[in-house]
Amino acid sequence: MTTAVETVRDTPLTIGGRSFQSRLMVGTGKYRDNETMVRAIEASGAEIVTVAVRRVNLDRSKEESVLHHLDPKRLFLLANTAGCYSADEAIRYARLGREAGFNDFVKLEVIGDRETLLPDVAGLVEAAKTLVKEGFKVLAYTNEDLITALRLEEAGCAAVMPLASPIGSGLGLINPFSVRTIKRRLSVPVVVDAGVGTASDACITMEQGVDGILMNTAIAAARDPVAMAHAMRLAVDAGRAAFLAGRMPRREVAVPSSPTEGMLD
Amino acid sequence: MNATVDIRVNGEFRAVAPGLTLLELLRVLGLDPRTVVVEHNRRIVRRPGLGEVSVAAGDAIELVHFVGGG
Repeated sequence: MTTAVETVRDTPLTIGGRSFQSRLMVGTGKYRDNETMVRAIEASGAEIVTVAVRRVNLDRSKEESVLHHLDPKRLFLLANTAGCYSADEAIRYARLGREAGFNDFVKLEVIGDRETLLPDVAGLVEAAKTLVKEGFKVLAYTNEDLITALRLEEAGCAAVMPLASPIGSGLGLINPFSVRTIKRRLSVPVVVDAGVGTASDACITMEQGVDGILMNTAIAAARDPVAMAHAMRLAVDAGRAAFLAGRMPRREVAVPSSPTEGMLD
Repeated sequence: MNATVDIRVNGEFRAVAPGLTLLELLRVLGLDPRTVVVEHNRRIVRRPGLGEVSVAAGDAIELVHFVGGG
């Protein structure tokens, strides 16, 4: 029997010199418990998982770090700068994350607005330049704006991560045109980050030809996160396979699938 | 002479013995140095150096680790 895996000839996803088989990256936030998180990551097939840097809770020093549940030998831990509202703050968190972690990669976020959590693109480019100089492999969370994406690539980012829609919104891919344009114009990998709500969103996003997707809430906030993680894995694979297969052209008129000749009188 | 000095650890004031090293501070707080990153007055102090840096009155120390995030 031919399986889908054998019929799809895909290359690994390479970011900052590291190669990954899975094009789905997942966050580790907002799970109701660590066991569900671990099972969901397993079901997603993701190799890259994001983590945040925060103060140790001194009143509950026995509280476990998320590292207690994630095996750094099996998972690539990508520290983020979530919650940072300036370039300086994001740089500080990136440095701490590098010390806490196992690699030079950082998912750079510089947030510009508390209501929408949209990025501060000026601060983002500034922070990216500094971090690249310090040897970081920067994966920059940005909006779906081509010019910012180009500036981030020029700054030396290892990947550019335009949003599908705002963080945690679950609204899906709002602007496929802009995301396709970014993918077409950039040489570095384009990984859509944030906004995917369900499997069809992930599939449609991958069908645009982007290199991968990073999601958190869509899995963590599903009624059954483990089942949704599995669905997302299938959707990312399906969307990627459909992109590689090349879709049929859209037509505004119907074209019959069965022969028009050989009909009875 | 003061028996203790005031420092700030993760934003909270704490009275500690003068000359306490960062490594000793972690021990006092019950933290494993392998699981915590230490920032001392905005400078990261790597694990091998923790026993060589002493705290002084007014120092700001941040102790961080990885938590779940997206």
